Amino acid sequence: MKIAVASGKGGTGKTMVAANLAFTLSQTCQVTLVDCDVEEPNLHLFFPAPATAKDVTVQVPVIDQKICDRCGKCGEFCQYGALTVLRDRVLFFPELCHSCGGCTLVCPKNAIHEEPKRVGIVTHTKPLPRLDLVSGNLDTGNPFAVPVIRAAKMATAGDCLVILDASPGTSCPVVETLDECDACILVTESTPFGLHDLQLAVDVTARLGIPAGIVINRNDGQDQATFNFCTNRDLDIIMTIPFDRGIAAIQSRGDLLCRVRPEWMKAFTTLYRKCCGLAGVD
Amino acid sequence: MIRLAVISGKGGTGKTMITAALADLLPGTLVLADCDVDAANLSLLLDPQLICTEPFMGVKSAVIDPAVCKGCGECEMYCRFNAVHAEGDTYRVNPIRCEGCAVCVHVCPVKAVTMQPRQNGEVMYSQTERGHLVHAHLVPGAGNSGLLVHAVKKMALEQDRDCNLFLIDGPPGTGCPLISTISGVDVVLIVTEPSVSGLHDLKRVVSVCRQFRPRILVAINRFDLDESLTESIRQWCAEENITLVGKIPFDATVIDSVRQGKPVTKVRDSHAAQAIQILKTNLDQELMHYYNQR
Repeated sequence: MKIAVASGKGGTGKTMVAANLAFTLSQTCQVTLVDCDVEEPNLHLFFPAPATAKDVTVQVPVIDQKICDRCGKCGEFCQYGALTVLRDRVLFFPELCHSCGGCTLVCPKNAIHEEPKRVGIVTHTKPLPRLDLVSGNLDTGNPFAVPVIRAAKMATAGDCLVILDASPGTSCPVVETLDECDACILVTESTPFGLHDLQLAVDVTARLGIPAGIVINRNDGQDQATFNFCTNRDLDIIMTIPFDRGIAAIQSRGDLLCRVRPEWMKAFTTLYRKCCGLAGVD
Repeated sequence: MIRLAVISGKGGTGKTMITAALADLLPGTLVLADCDVDAANLSLLLDPQLICTEPFMGVKSAVIDPAVCKGCGECEMYCRFNAVHAEGDTYRVNPIRCEGCAVCVHVCPVKAVTMQPRQNGEVMYSQTERGHLVHAHLVPGAGNSGLLVHAVKKMALEQDRDCNLFLIDGPPGTGCPLISTISGVDVVLIVTEPSVSGLHDLKRVVSVCRQFRPRILVAINRFDLDESLTESIRQWCAEENITLVGKIPFDATVIDSVRQGKPVTKVRDSHAAQAIQILKTNLDQELMHYYNQR
């Protein structure tokens, strides 16, 4: 069972929901929590523990300027403009390279080989007896989040119960996180911004064919528009968290709602059951 | 022209609310851009009147002609994005996973694969009370958000290069869309909040900004939700020689203004609006100083 937590809009409470859901489930069974918000990973702040780290690398081309005769085929082929062939040398722009390997295939002189380049790390901790936390962490200045997300997810292959915390947005990093998930929790808030971005996020899950349920966070009772949208799109509201400065303060200082107020564990257990329902699992 | 981007690292700290209020308050002529193309919200506060739209094409995508494909599977073997899969006797490209590298076109022995243009979104050019706004819509789940950010900035600069200020509402994060947003920008205003996540993400986004050239300024939103974390942020900024230009209190007027679709400075006098006035004065001084130095 793989459950992703996503949102469209940033700061709606994805990490809060993912952390408390994993914390609650880890009281009774083994859980793996994956931080797929590799541009700004935060889950480790809520579960401090000693970590082991592994580098994430991608393949990038290295051109042997002695063999290269500047024929220009690699530069013509590269769809991303990462190679520019000059009269006396070939320039490579690593920040544009997608590591497709095409340049090595088209070079008639076999002057290009690939070498690994580090783009981030994946850390692993065991903050609680039944909780594993795997965090992807993109090196700052590196533009491509997807290989780090892929590596973090790969590190959890074979785990039975996995909760994935996605990045905000609706593009490639979110798609990579949602890939092969059984259900998706979409966290929104009671504002026009929250609703606007929820609509986009729902379009992503629909396009990927992943069943989604809605969590309304910081609910202040003014949610008619969100209710109407959910009714129209046949989406269930699977949890509501009230607007409460106390809850916000727990989260701000890096604590967990369910640790400070254990009565909340019941609500997160219900949330898990509803996710199982979405995924069609008993 | 000075180019100013409002960014945050962490999502949901109040970038868009502050950008809209600054658009309302800052003097001179300005052009606005919403570079949070994944989840663009600035238009919800500025009541834009659409002037024109342009399709955004992104990179091309591979398409396999099943009538030509012999089912050899070379394309699947060489694709590094896991975008090609067998479907019956032939192969098919998953357009969501395809990054448009064209390796499959190169390796196909029977020339069954072609690169086809695809529309990944659109760029919109609108009129607002405070100048032109360039915003965009990315097809949900589509790639190339960094390229779309580039297209948005390019349109704003081409159409309104004579303005005094280019004001950008940026994306969260530190990846491709953020890097595309801050490249070529003169000043970034980072909006953070007093939480352990806010401070952690502030440090990361500053480290990205320092790999480029902009002057870095910081504002703390909802600062009164945790005064001791606000103090930690202030201290860290002082140690790093980063100017703090404003602190905005938690104020329910902000949510009201978003519900009314207006900048918070336009609904009624409030603590948040007063704090943003001070932020604007400090920011304006910093911008003048930057302009004179240049």
